[in-house]
Amino acid sequence: MLGVKEGGEDLIRKRSIWTMLHIDPLLFLLLIVLMAGGLFILYSGADRNLMVVKAQAIRFGIGLGVMLFLAQLDPAVFRRWAPWLYLAGLAGLVAVLLVGIGAKGAQRWLSLPGLPRFQPSEGMKMVVPMATAWYLSRYYLPPTFSRVMLGLVIVLMPMALIILQPDLGTSLLVGAAGIFVVFFAGISWKLISAFFAIVAVSAPLMWFFVMKEYQKQRVLTLLDPQSDPLGAGWNIIQSKTAIGSGGLDGKGWLQGTQSHLEFLPESHTDFIVAVMAEEFGFIGMLILITLYFLIILRCLYIASTAQDSFSRLLGGALSMTFFMYVFVNIGMVSGLLPVVGVPLPLISYGGTSAITLLAAFGILMSIQTHRRMIAA
Amino acid sequence: MAWGEFKDTAGERRLFQRRALVMLVLVLLVLGGLLGRMYQLQVVEHDVYATLSDKNRIQVQSVPPPRGLIYDRNNVLLAENRPVFSITVVPERVDDMEATLAGLQDMVTISEDDLKRFRRRLGEYRRPYEAIPLRYNLSEEEIAKVSVRRHEFPGVEVEAELVRHYPYSELTAHVLGYVGRINREELQRIDSVNYAGTNYIGKSGIERFYEDVLHGKVGYQHVETNARGRILRVLERENPAPGEDLQLHLDLRLQRKAHELLKGQRGTIIAIEPSTGGILALASVPSFDANQFVTGIDAKAYRELSTSIDKPLFNRALRGQYPPGSTIKPMMAVAALDSGATTRDRKIYDPGYYQLNDTGRRWRDWKRTGHGWVDLVEAVAESCDVYFYEMGVDMGIDTMHHYLSAFGFGEDATLDVAGALEGILPSREWKRAHRDQPWYPGDSVNMSIGQGFFLATPLQLATATALIANRGEWVEPRLLKDIPGDRPVEEFLPERTHKPLELKNPDDWEYVVDAMEEVMHGRRGTARRASVGADYRMAGKTGTAQVFSLEGAEYEAEDVRERLRDHALFVGFAPATDPKIAVAVIVENGGGGSAVAAPVARELFDAWLEELPAEDRAAAEAADAGEER
Repeated sequence: MLGVKEGGEDLIRKRSIWTMLHIDPLLFLLLIVLMAGGLFILYSGADRNLMVVKAQAIRFGIGLGVMLFLAQLDPAVFRRWAPWLYLAGLAGLVAVLLVGIGAKGAQRWLSLPGLPRFQPSEGMKMVVPMATAWYLSRYYLPPTFSRVMLGLVIVLMPMALIILQPDLGTSLLVGAAGIFVVFFAGISWKLISAFFAIVAVSAPLMWFFVMKEYQKQRVLTLLDPQSDPLGAGWNIIQSKTAIGSGGLDGKGWLQGTQSHLEFLPESHTDFIVAVMAEEFGFIGMLILITLYFLIILRCLYIASTAQDSFSRLLGGALSMTFFMYVFVNIGMVSGLLPVVGVPLPLISYGGTSAITLLAAFGILMSIQTHRRMIAA
Repeated sequence: MAWGEFKDTAGERRLFQRRALVMLVLVLLVLGGLLGRMYQLQVVEHDVYATLSDKNRIQVQSVPPPRGLIYDRNNVLLAENRPVFSITVVPERVDDMEATLAGLQDMVTISEDDLKRFRRRLGEYRRPYEAIPLRYNLSEEEIAKVSVRRHEFPGVEVEAELVRHYPYSELTAHVLGYVGRINREELQRIDSVNYAGTNYIGKSGIERFYEDVLHGKVGYQHVETNARGRILRVLERENPAPGEDLQLHLDLRLQRKAHELLKGQRGTIIAIEPSTGGILALASVPSFDANQFVTGIDAKAYRELSTSIDKPLFNRALRGQYPPGSTIKPMMAVAALDSGATTRDRKIYDPGYYQLNDTGRRWRDWKRTGHGWVDLVEAVAESCDVYFYEMGVDMGIDTMHHYLSAFGFGEDATLDVAGALEGILPSREWKRAHRDQPWYPGDSVNMSIGQGFFLATPLQLATATALIANRGEWVEPRLLKDIPGDRPVEEFLPERTHKPLELKNPDDWEYVVDAMEEVMHGRRGTARRASVGADYRMAGKTGTAQVFSLEGAEYEAEDVRERLRDHALFVGFAPATDPKIAVAVIVENGGGGSAVAAPVARELFDAWLEELPAEDRAAAEAADAGEER
């Protein structure tokens, strides 16, 4: 199993150069491979626009810096800061709704004097699991029913604020991150079953009373893309066509006709995996998904071997959030899930998500590299 | 404080690890599921999506074949294809049609007619993504203007297409006809595959008759397009088979001569080469510029042409139906001799009129004092009406109908002349059907000199004249001389349907030709002035057709308003033995045939027999000299 050595023998081994730098070499290597490959695919997805690739590379650089910085901090620091970051995040989300800026009818950005523009909702992907883990790990685990409920309140408040923006994709990821904490904390299977039962019951209610028309349309389009082949169904039909036409070994790098002839929408952002699938085929997708799996595996391993509950819960939730990105994005592009604005992690063009993701890996590396020499 | 609570650290760690294992299984299942999905799309259903992807990017476009060119007998180009630039719009790609049209109107002028036509075609059936032309004939400047700002107007293109052009259109419009936009009825009729890229179709004349030959066979190209339909490259191309080039019997120089001879008048000239039936000249004056019909004539210009009192659009040569008048007499002479109604020796006394019975109506001769005793030769030469009145009554309608049918009257005897009319060759049945009356002997009297119900087109007169020139050998009139290539021209021409007109005494042909020579050269021949100074013998017959009948009354041509004056007619051929050219000339309201029409024919004979061959010889000598040098 991966990382067995570090896990088992770390306690007695001399601190390596990696530990001193607070870098997990295996995770770092996997991420570098993923990002480097991602830049190549982005070059094709952005139709050979080198400017886009450069901009992305710069964001990767910033993201790696943030990652290294966070890796230097002891997990205890995150635990101490968690409630305050959470409150600040909630304040930011409220501020976005009041004075935020944005485009296409959604307010997502906050512009404060003296600070670069940022999306408070992005940070909440880390802060919400952090706060939930902080709250639940204060007590013995598994948590009591009332603490589970309170933990869910911590998750649902920011979720609701983000839905109001509206930004379904982010709120889903934020919510998932929090829910995963509750799950890892040991919530009983009875409660989980009850939760799924409630979801099953409330789904029709959501459909009729909560979901907006465009969201319903996305679901309908998913079920039958041919009902509107030139409108809402276009994206799904074209991305499935791109993926399917790639075949076993793909059309070759930069040879994808669907993307380069502009049939594929959003080919360098949310739908970039279709470019990958078209140009590198099933074999390429096998490699990509394996790479993602190895990263998730390594992350879950780091979380499992963490020394305290807070680190475990936070590490586990961040690992699963990363997984959610992969699942929702590829599921959406391949026509299994409705179209939700979730990027393919570390490959899709877009600065904020790349930096947030790398920050999360920084926290995981912090967990991995700040072990106390004495057994807890 | 929270940390004070009892914590089972090892238990919590085991709990987490169990949960993590569950999640790991979930991750494996889900990622496995995604891979399965990829396998389904990329391997199992690959063919479906590969096809979809190709259909996306590859479009099959038709490539219209270039239309065959048309040459005269000396390989002078009469119909060519020129590139013309037009603005076209693909409605499916236009977001806001009104805004696009308004934007285009800012750059180039688009007339109301253009807009009206565009909107009409917008409403009509068409192939999806087919471009609709908005404005034709862009100038260089307009092309530049539109091209520069084209990206602002999705769906708008500047397209070049080859459009028919007739360099000598005023001379050739009535022979070649013209092509025009395919209309709705034609769309039903044509092979939609072969015309997939074609916008024009022959509307009249040669262009219409040889449409199939001229059109050629459509080609295809597979092009790669982007999502907005712009062509990026051609992947594969099957070239169209160009239409066949046509060479006509027509001689542009003779055609020009014919037009010059009729200049300022209304009339028609047809010249046929008797040995081949080839039409050397076919002039209907006034003519028009067919080029303006190709891309669509504007309403005002069309109204002017169609309402003009001179009827320039009317093809007098093929569709003008005139009473043949005395020009029918040579054919009547053949009929009378062969049917036995008269003999070479028979003489008839002409007192200046003819009566069926002593008390009945008098049919007057054109010569009030009468011709006295005349035989058949004199009757033709002097155009004695009374002789033929009597012949007509003697032969009767059935015999006349029989012989005139054999001369090609009452039918369209042409091989490839589109739109030729049949005229009216009356018979008992015809009169019963159309007038609900029996045939009276008086009708035969009228018919014997080409009056009454009898109507013939100038082309029919020329054809019948050529038949005499050929001594009964039928050669149907035709325009097509040759099509370059291996296939003989007969494969393109329709079947010949006429048998030679064989006389009981073949020498009767020579007798009638002699009579026609007397018309030209005889001391009392009606057209003797037209033959002065000629060093070849010619045969002919003059005619005068009344525009309306002024029976029994004296009248002077000058007294009648110009347009009510008689039509001047002439038929003839030359040289009398071994004829090279047969003509029919009609000058509308020209007065007498001998004074007006015969000199026109003489000039044509001179041109064809002397001037043009001399020109050819000079050109050949110049070419030889050039080669030697």
